[in-house]
Amino acid sequence: MEPILKGRGLVKRYGKVTALDNCDFDLYPGEILAVIGDNGAGKSSLIKAVSGAVVPDAGTVTLEGKEVHFASPIEAREAGIETVYQTLAMSPALSIADNMFMGRELRKPGFRGKWLRQLDRPAMEKFARDKLTELGLMTIQNINQAVETLSGGQRQGVAVARAAAFGSKVIILDEPTAALGVKESRKVLELIQDVKARGIPIILISHNMPHVFEVADRIHVHRLGKRLCVIDPKDYTMSDAVAFMTGAKEAPQAA
Amino acid sequence: MSQSDNYESVVSSAKSEVAKFDDDDKGLVGRFHHALHTTPALVPLIVLLAAVAIFGLVLGSKFFSPFALTLILQQVQIVGIVAAAQSLVILTAGIDLSVGAIAVISSVIMGQFTFRYGLPPTVAVICGLAVGTAIGALNGFLIARMKLPPFIVTLGMWQIVLAANFLYSANETIRSQDIAENAPLLQLLGAKFNIGGAVFTVGVVFLVVLVLVLAYVLKHTAWGRHVYAVGDDPEAAALSGVNVNMMLISVYALAGLICAFAGWALIGRIGSVSPTSGQLLNIESITAVVIGGISLFGGRGSIMGTFFGALIVGVFTLGLRLAGADAQWTFLLIGALIIAAVAVDQWIRKVAA
Ligand SMILES: Nc1ncnc2c1ncn2[C@@H]1O[C@H](COP(=O)(O)OP(=O)(O)OP(=O)(O)O)[C@@H](O)[C@H]1O
Ligand SMILES: [Mg+2]
Repeated sequence: MEPILKGRGLVKRYGKVTALDNCDFDLYPGEILAVIGDNGAGKSSLIKAVSGAVVPDAGTVTLEGKEVHFASPIEAREAGIETVYQTLAMSPALSIADNMFMGRELRKPGFRGKWLRQLDRPAMEKFARDKLTELGLMTIQNINQAVETLSGGQRQGVAVARAAAFGSKVIILDEPTAALGVKESRKVLELIQDVKARGIPIILISHNMPHVFEVADRIHVHRLGKRLCVIDPKDYTMSDAVAFMTGAKEAPQAA
Repeated sequence: MSQSDNYESVVSSAKSEVAKFDDDDKGLVGRFHHALHTTPALVPLIVLLAAVAIFGLVLGSKFFSPFALTLILQQVQIVGIVAAAQSLVILTAGIDLSVGAIAVISSVIMGQFTFRYGLPPTVAVICGLAVGTAIGALNGFLIARMKLPPFIVTLGMWQIVLAANFLYSANETIRSQDIAENAPLLQLLGAKFNIGGAVFTVGVVFLVVLVLVLAYVLKHTAWGRHVYAVGDDPEAAALSGVNVNMMLISVYALAGLICAFAGWALIGRIGSVSPTSGQLLNIESITAVVIGGISLFGGRGSIMGTFFGALIVGVFTLGLRLAGADAQWTFLLIGALIIAAVAVDQWIRKVAA
């Protein structure tokens, strides 16, 4: 089977710091791929390189067999890759609905939308509310609340809802549950399964080993800016995975 | 582990309706604070109404007449138009020091193209507007693409445009009578009309319409939302799908266009085309924006606030003059207002209350 999203020989340097060192990457159709690694291993840099947020210094990215060169996240989004960045990428002063539709706003039908470019607020708000409800984010009382007035976890929930609502080919989640409560984390894991059931593959970056082992089909172990190995969660224990990613144990060769 | 309690399974029976709370009374101050937080133009509006009321009480009908009140509008129209442009720029966390220079060079081009080259006034006006837009777009390009700080770019552009203005016009003023005779279109925005003692100019109407249109655009269109997003956090805006560079270039270009309109209104206001006019417009426009409650850090505030800010300055200026006070009192009070406006802004920012 051909990977739907593939990276080869990706290099990214920030001055003297090497974030990606000739890194390979494969995501297969319909799978949940977890990416694990130490802090600073280069996980976020990897997903930024495949989602257009940074342009790699070298290497290629291939989407559905075609080489792509995303110059911005907008291009990646148009190609169907939706990302929740670790920093969440939300505009604090704008409302939840504004944030969910940033860059793809709905306009009113007819004259007001076409000529006056008027936004369809009610439709956007309803959609946003529905998506949050799907995620079980029931503590958000006002959909017109500015994002800065949300708690850290609520903010993360909104970002995940946005990605899940719009991703059509690949959804990338960079530590989507780091700030979430028990119930909300559970919902995000359920959502990940739902998205997978829709046939959309997911890249999940997480430090939470139980979550990773629960949902992942394969685990990409990232170490020192490159892929160390890929393991099947059924063949290894969490301790093994942690041992590989920290260098405590030699990685298996047949990746 | 003995207590391998399956705590996550409990969540399936969690409640599933949107949380609601009894809206406990936050008290008068609390509710006022909340209103200010959601409607940032409220503070300058209150200050404006208070200033009008106080001057009205003290000065009586000398101040509180349709004539005097509309005189204020006429006096603030140029600053108001330029401040609208400045608001857009400051909302993106930028600043434009070249606004006054753009206005002046646009007016000079409108005048010189008509009188030096004999172009039809309509064409000359269009050329003036185009040059203003182009200078703004160049500002935007340097800021967005070359990643230069707005302050530096527009400080430089201010000097360049002003010098170009003097070199090109040879410091020559085009007289009011000549314009009125040969190209009245140039004075169009100064045309007056009277409604029951209240005197309006086309320029005043233009200012009001401009503010209303921009308020609509900022609140109800995607472009407007992106202005706020870029000013708030450009990085986040870029990651969430805003073309930040195009956004900035379009904002500075639009600011240039609006300033060119201000240049046109300037001809209407002073009658002549003078390359030495409008020297203080950059500082005056920033003053109106700040008093209007727009944050210099970007992303917060409203264009209505700016409009009220410009009017506040106008009310103080005329009110104190009619009261016979030294003009320095006006500057002193405006200075105090600027600092007070920023202090109030900080208070409003405190989300929790
Ligand atoms: N914008 C940047 N400028 C300079 N260095 C950077 C930048 N972004 C990342 N780096 C460096 O690249 C390396 C990899 O960072 P990255 O964010 O990809 O790690 P990570 O695996 O996502 O870590 P974490 O688990 O903490 O999120 C780090 O050494 C970091 O210092
Ligand atoms: Mg990271």
